Amino acid sequence: MENFIIIPFTVGLIYLTLVLIYRFVKWVRGLSKLDKLRLVQSFKIRRMLRSLKEVFYEGLLHRKIFRKNPVLGYMHMSLAFGWFLLIVLGHIEVMAARRSLLVPFYLPVFFRYFETGTTFFASGIFSFLMDFFLLIVLSGVALAMLKRFKKQLFGMKKTTRLKTGDRMALTSLWLIFPLRLLAEGMSAELYGNGSFLTSSVGHIIGSFSSESTNLVLWTAYSCALGFFFAALPNSRYMHIPTEVLLIFVRNAGIRLKKRNNTYTDIQVFSCSRCGLCLDNCQMAAAGINHAQSVYILKNIRNNNLTDEQLFNCLLCGKCEVDCPVGINTIDLRITQRIESTLQYNSSYNYLEDLPARKASTIYFAGCMTHLTPGIIASMKTLFHMAGENVWFMDEEKAPCCGRPLMLAGQHDAASKLIVNNTRKILGSGAKTLVVSCPICYKVFREDYELGNVEVLFHAEYISRLIREQIILPGKTTTRIVYHDPCELGRGMGMFEPPREVLRATGKVIPVKNEKQMAHCCGGSLGNLKISQQERAVLRNQAVKDYQQYLPDVLATACPLCKKTFARHRGIEVMDIAEIVVSSIRKSAEVVPVKASVKEEAFAEELV
Amino acid sequence: MNRFLPDVLIHTTEMMKNKHVAVIGGGIAGMEAASVLARQGLKVTLVEKQKATGGKLNDWHHLFPDFSSPGVVVENLDKKTVRAGVNVVCHTEISHIERNNGRFELSDQRDVKIFADAVIVASGFHVFDATLKEEYGYGLFSNVITSVDFERRMKKHGKLLTLQGTEPRRVAIIHCVGSRDAKVGNIYCSKVCCITGIKQAIEINKMLPECEVFCFYMDLRLYGSKFDSLYLEAQKRHKIQFIRGRLSEAAERPDKSLQLKAEDTLQGRPLRMNVDLVILLVGMEPALSNSSLMRNNQMKPDENGFFRSVNMHEARNVGTQEGIFMAGTAICPMAVNETLENARSAALEVMNFLRTDKNHGGF
Amino acid sequence: MEDFSFLNPGSRQIDFDNFDDRLLLYVLEYEPSFVTCISCGGCTATCSAGNLTNFNVRKIGLWLRRGETEKLSQEIEKCMFCGKCTLVCPRDINIRNVILLIKKRISELKTENQPV
Repeated sequence: MENFIIIPFTVGLIYLTLVLIYRFVKWVRGLSKLDKLRLVQSFKIRRMLRSLKEVFYEGLLHRKIFRKNPVLGYMHMSLAFGWFLLIVLGHIEVMAARRSLLVPFYLPVFFRYFETGTTFFASGIFSFLMDFFLLIVLSGVALAMLKRFKKQLFGMKKTTRLKTGDRMALTSLWLIFPLRLLAEGMSAELYGNGSFLTSSVGHIIGSFSSESTNLVLWTAYSCALGFFFAALPNSRYMHIPTEVLLIFVRNAGIRLKKRNNTYTDIQVFSCSRCGLCLDNCQMAAAGINHAQSVYILKNIRNNNLTDEQLFNCLLCGKCEVDCPVGINTIDLRITQRIESTLQYNSSYNYLEDLPARKASTIYFAGCMTHLTPGIIASMKTLFHMAGENVWFMDEEKAPCCGRPLMLAGQHDAASKLIVNNTRKILGSGAKTLVVSCPICYKVFREDYELGNVEVLFHAEYISRLIREQIILPGKTTTRIVYHDPCELGRGMGMFEPPREVLRATGKVIPVKNEKQMAHCCGGSLGNLKISQQERAVLRNQAVKDYQQYLPDVLATACPLCKKTFARHRGIEVMDIAEIVVSSIRKSAEVVPVKASVKEEAFAEELV
Repeated sequence: MNRFLPDVLIHTTEMMKNKHVAVIGGGIAGMEAASVLARQGLKVTLVEKQKATGGKLNDWHHLFPDFSSPGVVVENLDKKTVRAGVNVVCHTEISHIERNNGRFELSDQRDVKIFADAVIVASGFHVFDATLKEEYGYGLFSNVITSVDFERRMKKHGKLLTLQGTEPRRVAIIHCVGSRDAKVGNIYCSKVCCITGIKQAIEINKMLPECEVFCFYMDLRLYGSKFDSLYLEAQKRHKIQFIRGRLSEAAERPDKSLQLKAEDTLQGRPLRMNVDLVILLVGMEPALSNSSLMRNNQMKPDENGFFRSVNMHEARNVGTQEGIFMAGTAICPMAVNETLENARSAALEVMNFLRTDKNHGGF
Repeated sequence: MEDFSFLNPGSRQIDFDNFDDRLLLYVLEYEPSFVTCISCGGCTATCSAGNLTNFNVRKIGLWLRRGETEKLSQEIEKCMFCGKCTLVCPRDINIRNVILLIKKRISELKTENQPV
């Protein structure tokens, strides 16, 4: 009875299957009723195919990692897709050999141990392909080992830290395929059922070949497999099965709604800890290396998340951009903050129903903007030029918009402010609400229910004024670098309107780190723990990058970014509203005809 | 030869005559140091970037605490430098100091080169750029001015008016603008602003007795011997009101007056006030040329960016590069009288250095 | 009836030797920057909540230093977390975090059912 070699593998596999079934059922059952309905409704052929396609592209091929980092992408692909092909092809091979669709589940794994010499249809091709894919997987394993010890080769600054469960799973995973190579090599030497790779390996180790060593090797292989399966649920490799579920759940339109549910667990378990988020996180430059998304996900999973980690994040969203699994890291973190502060929300009983003024347009400057009066002055000038009947809602007294509270996790408290502001906005009968702060803009767009009131960011409003020729900015040769504020760019996906406005006034220089990959200025309200000195490090890093492009002015569209950059002193910072207003004044002052004549005359002299 | 002097001193005096000292900066510190050295018989070149000597004091209207004229101080210093035979070079901004074979080579951006056996850096200070405190509205609201603007206006027009041309009925003087403020990167106290504010408040009251004047302060630092009596006088005779609270922001109203927000910390309540004019007491910062002057030698900045002394008690004028000395506000913020004393002590340090200079004999 | 509270010295003197320093120690551990406060009042003046009600951020720090937890737990409720105070503080104190820590600790002390 040599069949005992399948026992470790089988036990591991059964344990794994049971755990997976238990967890998947638990997670799906934990979803809200509405979400479950969504999931059920998503079981339509087209949507299923779309999800399957995503599983194939992201779960097996790892396309996103490939794009970011080809070597890392190859490593993940060779392991996942290579192994997948080995399993699929192994099954087909066994079916071909047995001429039956029903084959014992273990047979494809130990085929070369049990099948000693019979030839069947295309058996040579099968063994060649199996060797070939084994080689690919082995190259992946080799790269994984290399990455652990020499991460720089992969263009990565950091790899994640490991804990015991992961270490066990990692070791067994690394052992599986070298052991398989040795076992199959030995069998190839003994029975001649190998191809180019296994036969040559068999040849090399031929001097040790015997039935008993063969048995030992195959047992070791089985043990490695079984051990890996057993360790998988408690290691980061749980991400392999969970990611498949995540893709289906996400594609059903399920999101976190300010509170945890099992979608949190599904996301947490889907994290492969690849560490790409670490590379995107600016905070490492300031020496903050404990609060990045991968650690948050890990600590949620291990139930040991601290406030010092949870609140030490700029919420800039850069980690989310490159997450190969597509985890909504920002949503997830804000939800954890909401959960952790549930016990101490405020009620703001003192809020009064201050009267609303009738107006067609409302301007809400926001708290921060009151510290950058230049932006307010420019907005007033623009409204005046546009001849708008504007109510400057928070000129004297108004509660905050609520977004800073949201960022601090105090969702219930924020909704108190939202209710108060909403009543006034609706009470004024205005059709348009203009905001010049992206922090306010995000909350007005996402969390306020303002009916027919159109919420415009000042960039949109100004570009509308320019398009309708209500204002005529003068185009100059000023070199402008535009800094995307996090809340506006990654947060609201607004990249073009501010650039459009700036292009009407000067030369907008494209920079490498912009739009989705734009820096955070370091001033973020999202981070409650970071010190001012650490913020300065981040700010200096961003300014240094922008200075390479020799801008005359650094433009931004956020009072907080403006204030943060202004502290650097080495670069002129202006809000887009200020740039537009100053360009209007200039074009009005200069007598354009004369100036151009003068320039032409000068040009002729040069010729 | 002076027959009352011992031989060895006669020898050194003769030797010193061949020594050349360059003084960078023709403000009051540079002028005082240069004239003292020249009177001792040394060859001295005073280099000034502007068209004339006198530095920032040229713009100043009155000095604290005695309301005397800075013009007289500058005039006397000018006379002293001429009489002592100082070689004054204007329109020249020294940007490099290098040490070659025991001598110093000073050069500007063009082709001026000055060689010297010792150097005194009296490059002064830089006035804090109040636009960096955007929330105070300087450069944005026309009725927000700085203490420097006040002195200039007073010197030029002899009166204080708002932008609209009216006499202000209420003026706020804001202390600590650009000083003791981590938000602009200056955590040190500029020392002279508090007394300057009180002096200016009294001047306003003398000019416009109907005008209310408020000083918004965090701490009043009146360190000088006559300063507290001026504070007392401001309260007693001039009815200046002092509010302990830092201005957080200013907003311009349609009539161009300004709404200020501060906390009256002694009452423990936020305070709003409308004023016609705001005067920001801007602090002293390290001169902008400091970093280029430190580049080619061993001079170092202190934690605030001013020139570092080898010892802040016993050798305050001695720089971290042997042979380079500092005088006046290149070391730290100081008042006019301190600056002049400091310049004289710098001159003495230079003489001691040249006398004991091993390369050139001496004792 | 007149309130002759002056008869009870406990209400008008700071009993420095016996005060509840649990909150203070907690905040000191996680946000030590708050001890550098010079009571300039910039935070209170700029405060968005202080604009709507009698909330005084500066006093939060003072009460914290003297263990006035009762007052704190009432007042701290009023903060809107807008962050303006942190932006004007000349001492670079991370005031938002101080408020968060106080709120958290007070709620913990309440749930631990210890007298606050």
